[in-house]
Amino acid sequence: MLYFDHCASTPPYEEVIDTLGEVMKAHYANPSSIHHAGADADKLISRSRSLLGELFGVKAEEWLFTSGGTESNNLAIKGAAKQYQSRGKHLITTQIEHASVYDTFKQLEQEGYEVTYLPVDRAGQVEIEALRMALREDTILVSIMHVNNEVGSVQPIADIGKLLQEYPRTLLHVDAVQSIGKLPIDLQGWGIDLLSGSAHKLRGPKGIGYLYVREGVSLTPLLSGGSQEHGMRAGTQNVPGIVASAKALRMAMQSAQERRERMYRLRQQLTDFVEAAPELILNGGAPESMAPHIVHFSYPGMKPEVIVHMLEQHGIIASTKSACSSRDNKPSRVLLAMGLGQERAASGVRISLGDEHTEQHILQLCEMLRLTISKLKPLERSAR
Amino acid sequence: MMYDKIIIRYGDLAMKGRNRGMFEKRMLQQLQLRLKDFAALTYSRMFGRLYINLNGENYALIAERVKDIFGISTFSPVVSVQPELEEIRAAALALMKAMEQEPATFKVSAKRAWKKFPHTSQEMNHLVGAHVLRAMENLKVDVRGPEVELKVDIQEEAAYIFNEVVNGPGGFPFGTNGKAMLLLSGGIDSPVAGWMAMRKGLELEAVHFHSYPFTSEKAKEKVIELAKRLSYYSGAPLKLHLVPFTEVQTTLAQSGQDPLIITLMRRAMLRITERLAEINHAHGIVTGESLGQVASQTLVSMDVIGRATVLPLLKPLVMMDKQEIINEAERLGTFATSILPYEDCCTLFLPKSPSIKPNLRFVEKVEGYLNQQKNLEQLLDEAVKQTEVLLLTPEDPEPEASAGEDRWF
Repeated sequence: MLYFDHCASTPPYEEVIDTLGEVMKAHYANPSSIHHAGADADKLISRSRSLLGELFGVKAEEWLFTSGGTESNNLAIKGAAKQYQSRGKHLITTQIEHASVYDTFKQLEQEGYEVTYLPVDRAGQVEIEALRMALREDTILVSIMHVNNEVGSVQPIADIGKLLQEYPRTLLHVDAVQSIGKLPIDLQGWGIDLLSGSAHKLRGPKGIGYLYVREGVSLTPLLSGGSQEHGMRAGTQNVPGIVASAKALRMAMQSAQERRERMYRLRQQLTDFVEAAPELILNGGAPESMAPHIVHFSYPGMKPEVIVHMLEQHGIIASTKSACSSRDNKPSRVLLAMGLGQERAASGVRISLGDEHTEQHILQLCEMLRLTISKLKPLERSAR
Repeated sequence: MMYDKIIIRYGDLAMKGRNRGMFEKRMLQQLQLRLKDFAALTYSRMFGRLYINLNGENYALIAERVKDIFGISTFSPVVSVQPELEEIRAAALALMKAMEQEPATFKVSAKRAWKKFPHTSQEMNHLVGAHVLRAMENLKVDVRGPEVELKVDIQEEAAYIFNEVVNGPGGFPFGTNGKAMLLLSGGIDSPVAGWMAMRKGLELEAVHFHSYPFTSEKAKEKVIELAKRLSYYSGAPLKLHLVPFTEVQTTLAQSGQDPLIITLMRRAMLRITERLAEINHAHGIVTGESLGQVASQTLVSMDVIGRATVLPLLKPLVMMDKQEIINEAERLGTFATSILPYEDCCTLFLPKSPSIKPNLRFVEKVEGYLNQQKNLEQLLDEAVKQTEVLLLTPEDPEPEASAGEDRWF
């Protein structure tokens, strides 16, 4: 099997699996218990938290562990919206956010908040000017993803943060689920107040999310219960998951540059093929504005599920849109927002790369794509 | 800003008499020790002041450390230029413009120490002042109460210009007044008392009493954290004595004299500390007591408790209000640790109504009885013997740093 769905989930590092098992076996006590066994488990969480602080050059206390990217996004957005509603009820996000952000804003709209959804250009990027125009006195939160999970466009977070320096009452949340461990992130330099991540996207375990909450920012908790995670996230912590996720993050971040360069080369190899194939249209912008691990193209006139299933028959795993919304059959909201039209928006295929891939694998993939296209060609909607 | 020197001023009063030379030497040693990471720095002594020559090192990073060094009353970053009018004017203006918040008023105070300089001090005040005023529209001169005083010191080798005076902690250089023991409980007060004692030139060794299993391990970790913070201010490793107090405390709790438990406990602590002081050549005991704060801190209680030792009891906070102490703790960075909810003394041992007016004779009688029946003195000796000593520095790793197996991280 050739797995090309790293945006959806990744194969965990061997060492991470070992850690998970060993910690699970040795430290099953509740980290909130007052006895030694509990204190030892709690120290493991502290050490994991310190590691996160160190990796991002911030304080350990500024990091929370959650159950995943979705919870991190929900907690950051709803928590900030509720906490700061006395300052205003206007929120800003983009039209291309992941469902866990987009639908959270939809929900807040029903609760009486006003939300501005910024448009993107054909390359999938928001414009700073549009954000500047949307900002108001009562804007309390701007939430913009770093890397789009569907097409891989990178948003200008540094510039956005710089603009928001002029708006000290407006918080900046960044959904960095697809960028942590792949692209550099400068929490303090970019003026980020809240940042979400997910361990299983960077070869860690499922069930663990990261959430950066800048010192001085408080969030209204989503869950009622104990005072775990600085009182912002009740519930017994997943100790083995937390330790393993910290390890995965360290491994990913320490090798990020080298892996990034490698992935960009493989990406180029694949996009060269896509651009040369007359049936396919590459989506997104110039290579330097795109994430290293995502290639997204449309096959107008073809149902993307068919391509995915045909590739699968040849042992190649790819995907249509984001896994979280791939079960519905509507055209992609993200591609529509990019102004690519119904046809292209309904025929997108996403290939996402991982560390295990080689040039040989990309060649194999290209070969299978060629084969698939030649089989499907007579069945294209326009050909009938 | 292109600062090239820092002037370090120390309190004039501190510098009188025969001790002056010793103080200055200590001050210089302290600076060298605390700034050893900045290799290019050189130091010079002039007119009862110290100069740090930056030689290209970053002023802001150095100021961050200098502001906490005991014995420094104030310091100023300085620009030096050729003793020549236009250069002085240009540097003066650049300094004023570089201020983070533009002041509304200022005055120039020039001092011509090099008499061959063509303009007098008075003339220089006008020449420099007018130049700055022309360039900064919103600025006015106020000779009586200016927001900013722009100083120009004209010497033969250079003119020194500065407009910023930063407060240091004051006091005496660390360790110039001998050594004392600090009772460090883990609460808000004792770290503040420790800082104030160190500021007066005292070297400290901290003493903490723990009563595991009546108190938790976390209480001990908290005290270690506080001691590390104190050692940042002293710039020297801090010795922390961890005294096992369980035996003594449970014995006192069974004396049948509930209202006196705290009095008896505090006296026992002083006796143990006195023994530790003798072993470690310390000559006083510093406590965080503040008059009237709790039952053991009424004047009568202080009297009865204090008589347990012959060593001087130093109580820097005795006349301070709680809020003032909290403000200090926040400034020192000990508050957040101090309020962690781990008690240093189990509530089991706290009587419902502790005596606020203990009677010395009666207390001594109870202790006499406890000596005879329960060998209290021996228990105190035991506690001293079993005291664990840690040497702490700010760089020591957090307790969690060694949690679990390294391969897991």
